[in-house]
Amino acid sequence: MLFGIEWDTSSHWAFAVSILPILGKGLLVTLQATVVGFLLAAGFGLVLAGLKGMRSRLVAWPARFFSEFLRDTPLLVQLFFLYYVLPDYGLVLPAFMTGALALGLQYSAYTSEVYRAGIQSVPAGQLEAARALDLTPGRTFFAIVLPQAIPRIIPALGNYLVSIMKDVPILSVVAVLEVLNVARIIGDRSFNYMIPLSMVGLIYLLMTLVAAWAVRKLDERLPKEGIHLQ
Amino acid sequence: MSESNQSDKIIEFQNVTKSYGDHVVLDALDFSVRRGEKVTIIGPSGSGKSTVLRILMTLEDIQDGVIHVAGKPLWHEEKNGQLMPASEAHLRMMRKEMGMVFQQFNLFPHMTVMRNVTEAPRQVLGLSRDKAKKRALKYLDLVGMTEHADKFPSQLSGGQQQRVGIARALAMHPNILLFDEPTSALDPELVGEVLQVIEHLASQHDLTILLVTHEMQFARQISDRVCFFDQGKFVEEGRPEEIFTEPREERTKAFLSSFLGDH
Ligand SMILES: Nc1ncnc2c1ncn2[C@@H]1O[C@H](COP(=O)(O)OP(=O)(O)OP(=O)(O)O)[C@@H](O)[C@H]1O
Ligand SMILES: [Mg+2]
Repeated sequence: MLFGIEWDTSSHWAFAVSILPILGKGLLVTLQATVVGFLLAAGFGLVLAGLKGMRSRLVAWPARFFSEFLRDTPLLVQLFFLYYVLPDYGLVLPAFMTGALALGLQYSAYTSEVYRAGIQSVPAGQLEAARALDLTPGRTFFAIVLPQAIPRIIPALGNYLVSIMKDVPILSVVAVLEVLNVARIIGDRSFNYMIPLSMVGLIYLLMTLVAAWAVRKLDERLPKEGIHLQ
Repeated sequence: MSESNQSDKIIEFQNVTKSYGDHVVLDALDFSVRRGEKVTIIGPSGSGKSTVLRILMTLEDIQDGVIHVAGKPLWHEEKNGQLMPASEAHLRMMRKEMGMVFQQFNLFPHMTVMRNVTEAPRQVLGLSRDKAKKRALKYLDLVGMTEHADKFPSQLSGGQQQRVGIARALAMHPNILLFDEPTSALDPELVGEVLQVIEHLASQHDLTILLVTHEMQFARQISDRVCFFDQGKFVEEGRPEEIFTEPREERTKAFLSSFLGDH
């Protein structure tokens, strides 16, 4: 029994069906962690990209170092750090938030590169035309650069959304009840790991395929020349 | 007399030097253009022709010398009688004198033709939507692109795109128009329609035109003065018939004959 739901061990099939709602609860947590982690990654990444691109080395270099550090250390190390060290400094977050934060931080290093690459993909001639027309740097960024960068940024961010989803099971080490953790507990208690773990594998396969398809559709939908401004 | 000559110069380079690292592109360059003059710059690839225009448009800075545009220093600001490097605000003000037409058009691909032409007048000059639209239609009509106003650049031919590029520059009402090889990226059959528009502009008395081109016949037709540029220096300049029929310098002769060979 888990979450007050009993399972039926009369047959493999009945067992699989009876644990489905339990896995569903875990899946919900997985999706929540994915979304929160992704939003944090997208937000932090934008800030990080901005800092890394600053003219002032005093700002840019620490930002680049931080970004490199996030990328080159395992997610688990960062998660442990947040989970065990932050409370020493009086910052106690629920396990779920700690996990989402770890995902958000690690992936912000990647998304910051996505933003940077997207922005750099806009040809220099566009900036020159904007300058020749005397547009302000702010107007140039928001009306000329960003609309042309977005069609490159969004699909790349979508791919990281899928990666984040696949990294959520790491949160099980800090006892977040995401879908893999739930499956393991079912296995512990029913002495049948085969079925719940296979189901998690299938669920992930399905989600990844759907997400990849959605990203591809989105990519096709976005106008290559940039978000149209009327 | 000399006083009025001074104020006649809308562009004046004095001793201007531009280099990329060790590579000197413009070497102590002196050069001036009178108000309303139509000047063509010709010369071999890599000689620094684009650099002259790009420096004027403030797309590239200079290492030494002074440039005056409309009587004001371009890359400098006068503070307490001294020339200091220009602030961004000064450059913004100076850019209003000039407009530029690019070899690769550089239209904004995510904007309609109309939006391409109205964007800067609205944002920079503060024109209302209606006023900007009216102004855009005037210049789109001038370049024969009115019926394409709602299209995106990707739906246009190169020649049409370049005509929009010209309308976009004109809509800012510049006193000086800079053309950097405006037809070099075009298929041969599309060159004529763009040259026709430029020719029409060249007939306007008060517009100053500085044109870099390899279209020698065209340069001959529209220019008051042709300047042959090589290795960061003006080698020779004069009226088109002088330069094209009796060039004095060997380098000019060699350059022109290489062109006659091509065509
Ligand atoms: N950003 C840059 N960095 C380094 N060198 C540059 C840069 N831009 C231009 N140059 C060099 O400056 C020189 C002059 O370039 P410029 O583009 O002005 O020549 P051009 O006369 O316009 O040639 P073309 O007919 O090919 O357009 C060239 O040797 C070029 O390699
Ligand atoms: Mg050039």
